[in-house]
Amino acid sequence: MKKKLGLIVNPVAGMGGRVGLKGSDGEEIQRKARELGAKPESPQRAVDALERLVVSKDEIEIITYPGDMGETEARQCGFEPIVIGSAEPGRTTARDTINAAREMAEQKVDLILFAGGDGTARNLYDALGNSEIPVIGIPAGVKIHSAVYATNSRNAGEVALMFLQGKIKRVQDSEVMDIDEDAFREGRVTARLYGYLKVPHEQRLVQNLKSGRTEGEEAALNSIADEVIESMEDDVIYVIGPGTTTRAVMNKLGLENTLLGVDVILNKKVIASDVTESQLLDLIKGKKAKIVVTIIGGQGYIFGRGNQQISPRVLREVGKENIIVIAPQNKLTALGQNPLLIDTGDYEVNGMISGYYRVVTGYQKTVMRKAE
Amino acid sequence: MGVVKIKKDFHEARWCEPIIYEMSTPGQRGILVPMPDDEVKEAAGDVLSAIPANLRRKELNLPEMDQKHVLQHYIRLTQETLGANLTNDISEGTCTMKYNPRVNEDLAANPNFAEVHPLQDEETVQGILEIHYKFEQIIKEISGLDRVTFQPGGGNHAVYTAASVVRAYWESKGELDKRDEVITTIFSHPCDAATPATAGFKIITLYPDKDGFPDIEALKAAVSERTAAIFMTNPEDIGLYNPRVDEFVKIVHSVGGLCFYDQANANAFLGVARAKEAGFDMCHFNVHKTFGTPHGSSGPANGAFCCKEEFAKFLPVPTVGFDGKKYFLDFNHPESFGKVRDFWGTAGVILRAYAWTMMLGAEGLRECADISVINNNYFEKKLLTIPGLSECFAGNGHRRQEQVRYSWEKLKEDTGVGTVEVANRAVDYGIPHYWFSHHPWEIPEPMTLEPCETYSKDDLDEYYEVLKQVSKEAYETPEIVINAPHKAAAHKRNDEAALDDPEKWATTWKAYVRKHGNK
Repeated sequence: MKKKLGLIVNPVAGMGGRVGLKGSDGEEIQRKARELGAKPESPQRAVDALERLVVSKDEIEIITYPGDMGETEARQCGFEPIVIGSAEPGRTTARDTINAAREMAEQKVDLILFAGGDGTARNLYDALGNSEIPVIGIPAGVKIHSAVYATNSRNAGEVALMFLQGKIKRVQDSEVMDIDEDAFREGRVTARLYGYLKVPHEQRLVQNLKSGRTEGEEAALNSIADEVIESMEDDVIYVIGPGTTTRAVMNKLGLENTLLGVDVILNKKVIASDVTESQLLDLIKGKKAKIVVTIIGGQGYIFGRGNQQISPRVLREVGKENIIVIAPQNKLTALGQNPLLIDTGDYEVNGMISGYYRVVTGYQKTVMRKAE
Repeated sequence: MGVVKIKKDFHEARWCEPIIYEMSTPGQRGILVPMPDDEVKEAAGDVLSAIPANLRRKELNLPEMDQKHVLQHYIRLTQETLGANLTNDISEGTCTMKYNPRVNEDLAANPNFAEVHPLQDEETVQGILEIHYKFEQIIKEISGLDRVTFQPGGGNHAVYTAASVVRAYWESKGELDKRDEVITTIFSHPCDAATPATAGFKIITLYPDKDGFPDIEALKAAVSERTAAIFMTNPEDIGLYNPRVDEFVKIVHSVGGLCFYDQANANAFLGVARAKEAGFDMCHFNVHKTFGTPHGSSGPANGAFCCKEEFAKFLPVPTVGFDGKKYFLDFNHPESFGKVRDFWGTAGVILRAYAWTMMLGAEGLRECADISVINNNYFEKKLLTIPGLSECFAGNGHRRQEQVRYSWEKLKEDTGVGTVEVANRAVDYGIPHYWFSHHPWEIPEPMTLEPCETYSKDDLDEYYEVLKQVSKEAYETPEIVINAPHKAAAHKRNDEAALDDPEKWATTWKAYVRKHGNK
């Protein structure tokens, strides 16, 4: 039986970047981008990815939206796609992406391959929520904070091919993040962690495929949780940041956890869930507290993306020596030579908490990584 | 060899040999062992009573085969491998596939040597004890350190011995509970992290700086009164010699930590640099990587562990001593941590290594290092002209030592052909499947090659021609490379996930049958 591949191209993704508009969300910005001479980036990238799938053309059935939302690109690569839905040519919107993803989920596609940026990933998340349909992104947008993207177009195609061929079997929860573009244009970055999508899990997705002997994701998270829990001190407040790595710690303790928010525990019991900055400040005031965070998104941020509740004031109170950074080895490998990143919005605090961290990568295992 | 030609018409033998258990025919026998005579039975008594009940077996699940088919099976398997004795094995970077001189095999097979047993009275094995003792003197000179044990059965095992000595040292000072951290580097051999972890230490790993050397600022941030030791390889796995190695040692010593130097592969600096002058307390050699003996896979191999005098009391027992007249087994290490394996070292390996070293002499050892580094630098310059190939930390202004970690990242981007496919395709030209990298793959699409002193210019040129050819194919006809190997005994794994999945992989027949059924 043929494998069903959903294909969604956000044809306007990436248009804002070349003309300095810091994003392409919203019709007004897209119009402006066109005026400034911006050309769509994503159709060509989608073609680059699809070319990787041509070798298995007879085993793959592409289900896509009309025109430049996928049909054109698929035909350009010699596929004969099943075209569903309708979209106004040259004027597609976020709504079209959401509708397309929903309809593909209803058709029970094996995988959705999509081209876009963080906004597109959010649209997919809005449509798919916590469904089991896996996705893989072709990076084509201005903003790529989400971890649902392959490193480049061809790798996206290759991951899709390997997944459809059954060579990659596992999927893992990967972050969907987006920043507020209006704020971004004004020079402020406020990224939010929106949720998680299932992404085929292979080392080479982030860097090198087939390095088949690294420990599995589950084993890695388990051993990180063991290390964090074993070193926990009594009567110390632990502020647990968002993410699936920190979730593993909470799961191991048998505690309820807010995947997208910050929880606070004391003596291995939850004392507050999904707290705001001011609640946090109240809780830690005059007490000894530690913060447990992980890398959020694909770029290496440990503060300032998706965990803004842990604000400069909170960080000042707690101090660098009480920050515990945890991350599976494969996330660090994906960063390559790049440092961990800090962007709290307060330069003084950024400076105060920058420097080397012993990042916990497993039970009794740490690596020294610099944060800037 | 004259004009270098690549073996375009090569084809490996392909016997499609079943697993030996699948070849079993009930009732067939290789040897019919006669029943003992009554007289023998009476003299021997109830021999089985000496074996603990839980070790006795009523049924033996062994393949039942005649001698001819056993011989045939194993000869066929040897024909389905490529190795250093058969072909151009520059492939195994970090493993150092040296030529093992045949004359040393003759020595090891000599019955005067082969038939001695470690349980014989030491009076009757003075010869091998002498060789053992004299080889220790040579290793002491090469490392500059004071004492050596050959008891470890391989390189990792020698590093584990180091971890055990570090543990015994801190235990003797009553500080083991406080000194619980061992520092290593990401491009050190993985056993530098794994064996101290096995010995109960917490592991802190340093990443490289922009030039590819371990980040010295990270080391400064990592050391503390909890530092038990640093375990570091140099040159690291990527072929770069850390020029600040002595500073690393000083930083660790300044907080009271010990320093272990992983010299598994000493081909870059044999006779050039010593552990002692860099300030190390301990070091080790994989005897097979540096001293021309066969690889033994942590069993019939040998790891030489060396230390300063103050740590000798912790060494495993026995070592071999000499009182001026005779050689003896020395059990006098009062605070010995025990044994890492039985007896005192793989005698056949020590004999071969001693012979190899004596044949070369001090000058010859140095020459080995020189040729290894020259070979590698010639090879590196030539290889880097191949489209799609680069090396890690290129342009950092530092010469590569005995090996290089290359990257096919560009080829992958350009053609979709990555290092795994290139390695598979090289096999079609009679080149052994090359070594990528230890894990994790910090360098994308890695390839690690090491032309030690064994290989001639023609060998290097042949290897270059093969990789150039594969690169050309990747750009012109990538499907040929992606579907390789075409001419090898073994093809690809059917199931990529099988190595990862404990429900699938099996290292014994019993496990295989349990997980997959008896087909």
